[in-house]
Amino acid sequence: MNSIGFILGTTLMYSTPLIYTSLGGVISERSGVFNIGLEGMMTMGAFIGATVGYYSGIWWLGLICAGIGAGLLALLHAVASVTLGADQVVSGIAINFLGPGLSLFLCRKFFDGKFMTKSIPLENKIPKLFKGVFPEYSFLDNIFDQEITVYLAFLFAIIMWFILYKTKVGLRVRAVGDHPEAADTLGISVHKTRYICVILSGVLSGFGGASMSLAVASNFFPTLISGQGFIALAAMIFGNWKPQGALGACLVFGGAQALVVFLGGKNIPIPIDVLSMIPYVLTIVILMGFIGKSVPPAADGEPYIKE
Amino acid sequence: MTLLSILFGFIITAIILLIARYNPLQIYGVIVKGVFSKPKYIAYTIIKSTPLILTGVSIAFALKTGLLNIGAEGQFIVGTIVASMAGYFFNLPPVIHPIVVMVVAIIFGGLWGALIGALKAKFGIHEVISSIMLNWIALYAHNAVINIPAFFERTNKAHTIKDSASIVFLEGFKNSESGKEWLLDHPGIRDILKAPVNYGIIIAILVAILIWFILNKTTLGFRLRAVGYNKFAAEYGGINVKRNIVTSMFISGSVSGLAGALMILGVSKGITTLSAMEGYGLDGIGVALIAGNSPIACIFSGLFFGALKYGGSKIQARPIEAPKEIISIMIGTIIFFIAIPRIVKVLKRLTGRKGVTR
Repeated sequence: MNSIGFILGTTLMYSTPLIYTSLGGVISERSGVFNIGLEGMMTMGAFIGATVGYYSGIWWLGLICAGIGAGLLALLHAVASVTLGADQVVSGIAINFLGPGLSLFLCRKFFDGKFMTKSIPLENKIPKLFKGVFPEYSFLDNIFDQEITVYLAFLFAIIMWFILYKTKVGLRVRAVGDHPEAADTLGISVHKTRYICVILSGVLSGFGGASMSLAVASNFFPTLISGQGFIALAAMIFGNWKPQGALGACLVFGGAQALVVFLGGKNIPIPIDVLSMIPYVLTIVILMGFIGKSVPPAADGEPYIKE
Repeated sequence: MTLLSILFGFIITAIILLIARYNPLQIYGVIVKGVFSKPKYIAYTIIKSTPLILTGVSIAFALKTGLLNIGAEGQFIVGTIVASMAGYFFNLPPVIHPIVVMVVAIIFGGLWGALIGALKAKFGIHEVISSIMLNWIALYAHNAVINIPAFFERTNKAHTIKDSASIVFLEGFKNSESGKEWLLDHPGIRDILKAPVNYGIIIAILVAILIWFILNKTTLGFRLRAVGYNKFAAEYGGINVKRNIVTSMFISGSVSGLAGALMILGVSKGITTLSAMEGYGLDGIGVALIAGNSPIACIFSGLFFGALKYGGSKIQARPIEAPKEIISIMIGTIIFFIAIPRIVKVLKRLTGRKGVTR
C-alpha cells in the first residue's frame, strides 16, 4: 500500500512540470501556431524561477517572474510566426537556442561565472499544500503531500479545458486554429488571438520550468531541463492537442518514470539504464494502439497573412 | 538572405554583449583569433565541425523530403554505440577495420531512423513523438551497453577501440619512437598533430556531395523530393509515399549514425556514460537551417558552426571571462532571422515609407 502511495506521489511530482508545459503547447497549437520552442521557454522559466526565488526568497514571485520571462521569449516567437509569417518550426528551433543560451549567459553573469544558481533555502521553496493534514508517511500523505504547483497544474488543465470547450472565447481560439479565414470573416482578430495564445504558452512553459527548479530541484543547472520541453511537446501530440489529453499523457509519462524510480530502489536484477527506457518504450507501444487517431488543428503551423 | 541573417546575428549579439558590459569587438576578435591564429586551432575547428556537418546533412536531407528529423541525436548515439563496439570486438586489419565499423554504424543509424519512418507509415505515430522517445531510448541503451561485462573497462567507461580501427591521421607514426623524434625537430607539425586530426572531414565532405547527388541527380532523390514538396500530388503521381518516408528516414539516420562513428574512430575512441543529451541533433538542425537545407552548404555552415563553438569556448578565459553561451544566443538569433524571409520585404516597406514621408 505504501509503495503504491509512493508511486502515485512521485508520479504527481514528475508530471507537474510536464503538465504546465504541455498545456502551453496545447494553447499555442490550438490557435494555429506550432510551438517546438517549449524546451527553450521552459529552460528560461527554470532559470528565472530559481534566480528570483534565490534573491527574493519569495517562491511565488519566482514563479510569476518565470512566467513573464518565458512569456517574453514566447513573444519573440509570436512576432516571427504571427506578424512576420515565419516558418514556425524554424523560429521555434531558434527559441530552443535562445532560451538555454540566454539562461546560462545570465546565470554566469549573476552567479560569478558559475553555470548553476545557488540553492534556495528549504524554507523558501514552494510550500506543500497538505503539509501535516495526513499522518506522516501514511498512504494519503505519500500521495498528497505535494507542492502547491502540483495542484495548480491540475487547476490550470481544468480551466483550460473549460475555456476551450465551454466558452465563447475558447470557440474563437479553436476557430482561429482550424479555419483562420472563416474566423477572420466573422470579425475575430486572428493575429490578436494568436499573440495571446502564444504568449500564454510561454507563460505556462515558464511555470513548468519554475516548478522544476523551485519544487523538484532547488536550483537551476544546465541539465535540469534537458529534453523535458520536448517530452511535453510529445505529450501534447500524444494527448491529441487537447488539455485533458495532454494532462493524461503527462500523468502516464510521469507514472512510468515514478515506476522506474520505485523499481530502481528495489533489488531487482535489471540494470537501472534498462529500466529507465520504460517510459519511452511504453509511450511508443501505447501510441501503436491508437492508429491514426491524432488530428492536429487544421491550420496548425500555417501563417495567416491578410492580403 | 542567409548572409543577412548572419549579419543580424552578429549585430544583435553585439548589442546584448554591450548591455552586459562586454566589448563585442574584443570578443569577436578573440573568437577569430581563437580559430585562425594557429594551425592547431584550425585543426581543432575542423575536428569539431565534422560531426556537425554530418548531422546537418542528415537533417537537411530529411527536411528536403518533408520530414523534420529531431531523432538525429538518437541516431548519432546509436552510431557511437555500435562503432565503439565494432571497433573493440572486431579483429580486422587496419583500413578495413574502420570501413567495416563505419558500415555497421551507417546500417544501425539508418535502422534507428527508419524505425521512426516505419512507426509513422504503419501506425501513424507523429515523427516528433517517436523521435523524442527513440532519442532517450538510445541514450539509456548507450549507458546500459557500457555495463556489459565484456565491454566494461571501468566505472562509466567502456573499452576503447582497437588501434586498427582508428582514423586518426598518422597515429602510429605519432606514437612511435622515430616519429616522436622527428616531430621534436618539426614543432609546427607536432603542434598540429597534437590535435586528433583525422580523416573524418574528408568523409564528411564526400558524404555531403553524395547526398546532394542522391537528392538532385537520381530518380530516388526526385521521388523523395516530390513527396516533400507535395505529398498528395506525389501520391497521385504514383509514388508510394509511405515507403518513401521509411527510405528517407533510413538515409537520414545513416548519415547521423556515421557522424557518431567518426566521433568514436577519430576523436573520443570510446563511449563514456552520458548524463544528458549532447545536443548534436539540435546543433545539426541549426547547421541544416543555416545551410538552407542544401547538403553542400552544410559543409560551410557546419564549419561556421564549429568555428563559433570552438572559438566561442575561448572567450571564457582571462581577461574577458565572458560566458561562452553567447554563441548559442548568436546562433539562435541567426536562425530566428532565417525563419522570417519576409523580414527583407518588411524592412523595404518600412524604408520605402520613410522615403515617401520625407
